Amino acid sequence: MSCCAPGAEAALEIGPAGLVSSPREELVLLSRDLGGGLYQADLSVPEIHCASCMATVERTLSTLPGVEYARANLSMKRTIVKWRPIADEAPDLIGALRAAGYASHVFTAETDQRSPEYSRLIKALAVAGFCAMNIMLLSVSVWSGAEGGTRQAFHWISAGLALPAIVYSGRIFFFSAWAALRNGRTNMDVPISIGVLMAFGLSLYDTIQGGPHAYFDAATSLLFFLLIGRTLDHVMREKARSAVAGLASLAPRGAIVVDADGRRYVPIAEIRPGTSILVAAGDRVPVDGIVMAGASELDCSVVTGETTPRPAFAGTLVQAGLLNLTGPLTITAAAEAKDSFLAEMIRMMEAAEGGRARYRRLADRASALYSPVVHAIALLSFLGWLSFTRDWHASVSIAIAVLIITCPCALGLAVPIVQVVAARRLFEKGVMVRDGSALERLAEVDTVLFDKTGTLTLGRPHLVNTASVDPGALALAASMASGSRHPMSVAILAAASQGSVGATPMKNLGEYPGRGLEARTGTTIYRLGRPDWALGRKMPEGADGWFSVSLLVQNGQQLARLVFEDMMRSGARSTIDRLRQQGLGVGILSGDRRSAVADLASNLGIDDFAAEMLPSDKVERIAALTTAHSKVLMVGDGLNDAPALAAAHVSMAPATAADVGRNAADFVFLKESLASVADAYEISRNAGKLIRQNFALAVGYNAIAVPFAVCGYITPLVAAVAMSLSSVLVVANAMRLGSRMPFRRRASGLLSARTLNATR
Amino acid sequence: MSYLAFLVPVAILLGLLGLAAFMWTLRNEQYEDLDGAAARILMDDDQDEPK
Repeated sequence: MSCCAPGAEAALEIGPAGLVSSPREELVLLSRDLGGGLYQADLSVPEIHCASCMATVERTLSTLPGVEYARANLSMKRTIVKWRPIADEAPDLIGALRAAGYASHVFTAETDQRSPEYSRLIKALAVAGFCAMNIMLLSVSVWSGAEGGTRQAFHWISAGLALPAIVYSGRIFFFSAWAALRNGRTNMDVPISIGVLMAFGLSLYDTIQGGPHAYFDAATSLLFFLLIGRTLDHVMREKARSAVAGLASLAPRGAIVVDADGRRYVPIAEIRPGTSILVAAGDRVPVDGIVMAGASELDCSVVTGETTPRPAFAGTLVQAGLLNLTGPLTITAAAEAKDSFLAEMIRMMEAAEGGRARYRRLADRASALYSPVVHAIALLSFLGWLSFTRDWHASVSIAIAVLIITCPCALGLAVPIVQVVAARRLFEKGVMVRDGSALERLAEVDTVLFDKTGTLTLGRPHLVNTASVDPGALALAASMASGSRHPMSVAILAAASQGSVGATPMKNLGEYPGRGLEARTGTTIYRLGRPDWALGRKMPEGADGWFSVSLLVQNGQQLARLVFEDMMRSGARSTIDRLRQQGLGVGILSGDRRSAVADLASNLGIDDFAAEMLPSDKVERIAALTTAHSKVLMVGDGLNDAPALAAAHVSMAPATAADVGRNAADFVFLKESLASVADAYEISRNAGKLIRQNFALAVGYNAIAVPFAVCGYITPLVAAVAMSLSSVLVVANAMRLGSRMPFRRRASGLLSARTLNATR
Repeated sequence: MSYLAFLVPVAILLGLLGLAAFMWTLRNEQYEDLDGAAARILMDDDQDEPK
């Protein structure tokens, strides 16, 4: 029936984030109050792929009691639900969708506000398009030989049509140009604004005087073309932003507080130091605190980069963001949310933000060179003609013709069009680009630094010796593991389901935090877990951490030995080879233990690595490289990487990264493979090349056209043709990034690198 | 030339009509889900109004 198999790819993409529970109370916190007891929730449902998915989602939700409206959005992969609480309970939207086979999560209200900028641009574009086309219609008649009263009437109608375009659509450029000028800078919008306004002014003057030439068509179609570029650029950024915002949040929005009145679900901001909080297994710790009761293990991979779960018992200090794996914990908040580890990271990020703020866009740098030259030429031709002919009007006309013909239409489109095409290519490859400047900065990097856990590796264990484990024992282990959320249990289940070994949940199962699982059937005791505990005797201290061992034991007899490794991201090795081939330096910055990092580094052939780094160490390392005039690409996922991501020249994060890291990164990749990093680098390099070509085309065109303009040979017809031609040329050149296959060459290079590794 | 005095305003009026129609569709959120609009026609049930 359905064309899609929900779950298959989501399991890959969502990964450990899927562990975060979304209680119904959270829905209340995250819904918008529409008044009259009606609430609106925005759900992100990444697996909507086709009409039948939309129908299923809408039908599932609308049949829930309390739901009044459900509308799925296929382009955004979202669903808007309007609901009413029934007996003070929110409907279980997420649970109902899960039962129907769709993973979903709730958006925060503030991430879903569609920017008004988009509709402002579209409206301006529509007005400019309408005016430009009608004026062009009239202009063609004038060029074809309309004379006398008819021409005069057409010019007046054109003037009337041009006015709304200039005032309504042009203000986007005027405001931006004015803002730049007021700060003593220039940007691309300054020459555009001057050109448009002067062309309009001169044409209006000529129309009043009954002159033969008017440039209304040039002024309005220039606005129209540039607005197309502007709008596409905005749509690209918006699409990436909404795709990133649609990822599941790793930070809890609330917590279960235990006090004299019982248990309540409270938003994070209302938690005060000293409050008792219950953290269930599978939830993340909401604020920094001290464990009061309970025993469990904590997954620190997102926070510190350590792979080995940390045991937790009464008295352990815990940081916000740690994932509670095995047992419920009661903690006492030690700080408010705004004073937590997370907030500390955000403060460090703000302090570190430097490279990005200082960066000036290519287009702005180009216009800083370009506008003085063009304006000087226009002024000189005005003065030259004035001194020769003493004719004010003719001189001004020629100066304005120079401005129109050099009007940076091609220059204004040169950069955004290429970046839009590049962003679309990256989007198809599952990489989201935050804005165009990120592409420019990525093309400049010379060093790539990777975080280890969660970036080079997936940050979750993976059973490596499935083949050598007896299938019966694996089935037994899977049955025991099926009730547990411990990463190793999840890995056993994944391995068992791959080998199509059925897992039936077991009764009489106990989970011992830090040790393992125990099941009893009759007099038989099965244990699955740490070797010393499972066998009930001391074992020599072996290598642990980046790979570790669990035993399945029946009454003291070993049934199977399960070896886990932190799974390397697919394509890690080939990506690093590809980056090296491009002449980039590659290094690892990790918060994990030295032995674990060294293992992985030697596995990947990376000599430059640093382990046991604090977040501030990572920032310092990047700052040191930056002062040495190195441009660093930082690829990381954890909370501890967030300041480094902000400090680097450009940064990239996987979709499974902590929220803060994801927001700090310029690029977010959704695919599991690390190849996205090399893809993004190569596409941005190609984009940079095309942008330079486009600049060359625009400058070359001006070099040919300007002499004609200075000599006074440019009529409105020539100006319109030349301008459109140069724009088409630039756009066509940008499209080559989409159509050309610069990747075939590289694919063969990849193959040879792989065979090389195999034979090594 | 009298036909021009009649045709040009008509042409511009029709253009304005198109512009107004576009603004109306924009305000009615008809561009919110372009892929969805294309897919919805394939739905089995005939309801085009969201419930």
